[in-house]
Amino acid sequence: MKHWNFRLRLGVVILAAFIVLGFVVPLFSPVNPIEWGTYLKNLKPSGEHPFGTTNLGQDTFWLLAKSVQNSFLIGILVAFFATLIGALLGLWAGFKGGFADRLITVLTDSFIVIPTLPILILLGSLMQGKASLLMIAAVLIIFNWPWPARQLRSMALSLSERDFISTALFSGQSTLKIIVKEIFPFVAGWSVANFINTILVAIGAESGLAVIGMSSNEQATLGTMIYWANQHQAMLAGRWWWIGSPVAAIALIFIALFLVMTGYQQYSALRRGK
Amino acid sequence: MGFYKFLLTRLLTFILVVFIGITTVFFVPRFMPSDPVEAMIGKMTANQAFMEPEAIVTLRETLNESFGLEGSVLQQYFGFVKRVILTQDFGPSLASYPIPVNELIARALPWTMGLLLISTLIAWLIGNVVGLLAGFRKDKAYSKALEGVSIVIYPIPYYILSLILIMLLSYIFPIFPLTATFQGEGFTWEHIRSIVYNSILPALSMILVGTGWWVISMKTLSSGIAEEDYVQFARLKGLSERKIMTKYVLPNAALPQVTMLALQVGSIFNGALITEILFGYPGIGTLIYQGILQADYNLIMGTITISIVAVAGATFIVDFLYPFFDPRVRYK
Repeated sequence: MKHWNFRLRLGVVILAAFIVLGFVVPLFSPVNPIEWGTYLKNLKPSGEHPFGTTNLGQDTFWLLAKSVQNSFLIGILVAFFATLIGALLGLWAGFKGGFADRLITVLTDSFIVIPTLPILILLGSLMQGKASLLMIAAVLIIFNWPWPARQLRSMALSLSERDFISTALFSGQSTLKIIVKEIFPFVAGWSVANFINTILVAIGAESGLAVIGMSSNEQATLGTMIYWANQHQAMLAGRWWWIGSPVAAIALIFIALFLVMTGYQQYSALRRGK
Repeated sequence: MGFYKFLLTRLLTFILVVFIGITTVFFVPRFMPSDPVEAMIGKMTANQAFMEPEAIVTLRETLNESFGLEGSVLQQYFGFVKRVILTQDFGPSLASYPIPVNELIARALPWTMGLLLISTLIAWLIGNVVGLLAGFRKDKAYSKALEGVSIVIYPIPYYILSLILIMLLSYIFPIFPLTATFQGEGFTWEHIRSIVYNSILPALSMILVGTGWWVISMKTLSSGIAEEDYVQFARLKGLSERKIMTKYVLPNAALPQVTMLALQVGSIFNGALITEILFGYPGIGTLIYQGILQADYNLIMGTITISIVAVAGATFIVDFLYPFFDPRVRYK
């Protein structure tokens, strides 16, 4: 941690706080935080309820913790599979060339341009706010693999000119083995940055969808929390703790993820230089 | 790569994007576990107290037709593509019958285009100027401060920033309206003033996020270019800093920013959709939302298809303009 720059440190600290909130704190939750009518409605913040209670009788703090957890789960799931699929396809296309390369290039170029949100809204509207989180994650994976694929394809193109790749090729190694053993160490840094960025994109897409009620309304995510707060006029009634806490959480998580991503890029650029 | 080849590749990509987009929009409802027609009818009968059984039968037929659910899947698909490409006819709006969906879209489109064009242009210009200054003089305190502010604002999604702005400027300090209401009509001063007044908050949230992004990327680009040999040479030659910045660094750093703009059109549009919904701004985003709330399937299909075509088109136009900025593409 000694060589970490300021951005990376700050980002990791904020992110760690939210990961504790999302994955450790809910273990101590005395009740199911999503259930309605557990407590009295609209209590102001107090010692017992640090963030008050919602209009639906949920404790805002426990609800927030659970929401952070679900949002992170979606983000990590999407980021993992999108980066993995994108990396493999991109490297394969760049390294193999030919028809597979052209097909993947055309697909990635088109997918990057297609606006995902209208299609997600179409999906959400047909599911009428009852889509499962897993299904939303699956759709987000479909729309997020092309970006890493495009980047890693061009990286593979320049790497495949190197001598050690020819050596591996002539010694009879399979394409998959060359990708995993020889090329991947070179692109790992970029993939980590992309992984973090995709967490950000996925949480953002799900929350955006949820804010307008097109995600899993019955589940607790940061976006659905804002949706229910808006549905019950939390802002008009001055229930800041209900609408304000998920808004602040999303803003902070996104700033932290961005700091970690750019901080990590600077860090690995410096490390390469040494 | 020559100009024509460049143009041709972009044109092909555009056609492909529209094709993939339309195909996705066509197949999504068909992979749903529930029958969309029955779901829509269920929602409509739930909303309205009572519907005659005959009315439901007619409704089912109408919906089947507008979903294009008659004939084999292949026939349905070609029917849908033909309708979208040749006639752009999405049928009448089911909720505001018999106004055609096209008319509703035509009414909403200028709002979205206006909001998007103005806010993107302002953000791009401010962002690039600020980013250029910050990157060219990256050791100055103000450069670091500007970058810091951008890094804090840029990652926040549009709709979260919208909510923060609503909280700050509509509730705590009630300067701007919560939802858009317009006074007057046509080209009267009153009407124009109310449009501007109602558009400031949605535009501001988009400009803030956008500017943050352009500052960050422009700063990276220009600080890299400022260390190139030819810039060093210009310095040794005794050119003024201002000239180096505007003639040497700016053109080279601005080019990738144009390409970047083409890649960002989709995400800016996504942001605009939710921002519109949150502010009740009468554009395409709000129209899509209305369609969903009123279970107006024709409207949903129409607006979403138009969105995809519009974004692909805008990307194509930005790409198409690129050669006019980059002489290397034009003359080779």
